[in-house]
Amino acid sequence: MSATPSPVIRVSGCRKTYGAVVAVDDVSFDVADGEIFGLIGPNGAGKTTTMECVEGLRKPDRGSIFVLGLDPVRDVYALQQRVGVQLQQAQLQKRIKVWEAVDFWASLYRRPSSDGDRLLEQLGLADKRDAWFMTLSGGQKQRLFIALALINDPDVVFLDELTTGLDPQARRAIWELVRGIRSRGKTVFLTTHLMEEAERLCDRVAIIEHGRIIDIDTPDRLVAKHCPQRSVVVTTEEANAERWFRQLTQVESVTCSGFRLTVSGRGDDLVAAVIDCVSEHRIRVSDFRTVVPTLEDVFLTLTGHSIRD
Amino acid sequence: MLRGLWKLTWLEIKIFMREPMGAIGSIVIPVVLFVVLGRAVGGGTPSSRSAAAGALMSTGLPVFAAIFIALSAVLSLVTIISIYREGGILKRLRATPLRPVTILTAHVVVKLLLTVVSLTLMVLAGKRYYPAGMNIPVVSVTIALLVTTWSILAIGFVIASVVPTARFAQPIGAVIFYPMVALSGLFFPIAALPAGLQAAARLMPLTYAVSLLRGIWQGETWLAHAGDVLALVIVFAVSVAVSSKVFRWE
Repeated sequence: MSATPSPVIRVSGCRKTYGAVVAVDDVSFDVADGEIFGLIGPNGAGKTTTMECVEGLRKPDRGSIFVLGLDPVRDVYALQQRVGVQLQQAQLQKRIKVWEAVDFWASLYRRPSSDGDRLLEQLGLADKRDAWFMTLSGGQKQRLFIALALINDPDVVFLDELTTGLDPQARRAIWELVRGIRSRGKTVFLTTHLMEEAERLCDRVAIIEHGRIIDIDTPDRLVAKHCPQRSVVVTTEEANAERWFRQLTQVESVTCSGFRLTVSGRGDDLVAAVIDCVSEHRIRVSDFRTVVPTLEDVFLTLTGHSIRD
Repeated sequence: MLRGLWKLTWLEIKIFMREPMGAIGSIVIPVVLFVVLGRAVGGGTPSSRSAAAGALMSTGLPVFAAIFIALSAVLSLVTIISIYREGGILKRLRATPLRPVTILTAHVVVKLLLTVVSLTLMVLAGKRYYPAGMNIPVVSVTIALLVTTWSILAIGFVIASVVPTARFAQPIGAVIFYPMVALSGLFFPIAALPAGLQAAARLMPLTYAVSLLRGIWQGETWLAHAGDVLALVIVFAVSVAVSSKVFRWE
């Protein structure tokens, strides 16, 4: 019997309450070596609490957690040598210089650390080496925190809401950095309430709401499973188009709004069927686009409300 | 266990010196105040100097200044730690192999160094106002100052370990320390206090600090003040034990 590679993180039956409030309830999941795993859900769903239990910053009331084979509560100091952490809403001393922070962090770890100056270079902070923390922009601060999370060359990197409050450009730059972390063979565990971020970044996601995990899978499979319907929006003046589309077996409904037809159905071959139909009948089309459901739609289907509510 | 201590200490010194009021507030102002007061009280010719002024110069003012500087160091320690807690700096440090005792030790060492620097400057600047011929046992006084400051700072540990926000830090620190100062014997001889207050004074760590500093300054022996030293060491040990138990990261 060949053993499957043991997961880097294993959480089983984790529960955490604050007084009467159940923040996390019976949460279980595995994170495999070398993947980017995302915990996604609205604010207050229990993402940060779950992550902080895994990091050893909080002690769960019930359940067991193992990270790299270590117990995050009992072996917290051993674990901290091997993981890198970026916390939500963290700060540093206002007047600490960028290089000083990196240098100090490097001195805290036993294992030979990454080259601080090279990290700053890679994260685009080389020219901010001598700047005070308080003078950095939001994106620069986040990049510094990523540098600090990577300074001990960790096996697992935890990133909690790392692009919250950043402008789209800075956000994209940070996504690129996170992909870079994975390509160096590290495991990334992140939380986000941005569905686009999860979709673009994560190999697998766990959807969490009210402290419970609703489903875990790759973004593509979650979409295929929970939102199998696809739509094609076709703009045409051809009066018969609606009738021809309705005759296709893949099509469930066609709605018409002026010259714009929304053709909906299930399965991946809907789009191909519509294209074939268009070319067969030589329909003159002035616009054609497909509408693919996203994790946002999956969340809506699973919880009955939008993640922003 | 104390990995990163010296680096953090050096870092905190640099950061402190970058604060607009850092060096000026904690070193320059006390020294200038001391010199101004010294001139006002101890100036003029020895013959024109009143006996009371002489006594003030020989014991009161130096001890008062020492206590004042140690206390402002404590209040500043409490404030800094609470700002670090409120701002999430402590929480971020927690996610590293750094231990709380390392953070506190670094800050205490910084405050101790600042205290020593300001006191040294003060002694140098105020030298000419001391009564001529008075022999101050410099080494003993320095040791007494270190013992006292460690002990007072340790009480600060306990407060710093639990104070939730910076807004509370100063008032809580002040509420705890000012009554201690009032009863410490610095202003009124303890023997002159009503019996109830005398008992209270004996429970205040600062009382032993004042007694030790004053005695050593006046050239009394360490043996005569063994009780004071013991009391201060106990205060230190208890405070460190308590604060490492109750230390809050966030």
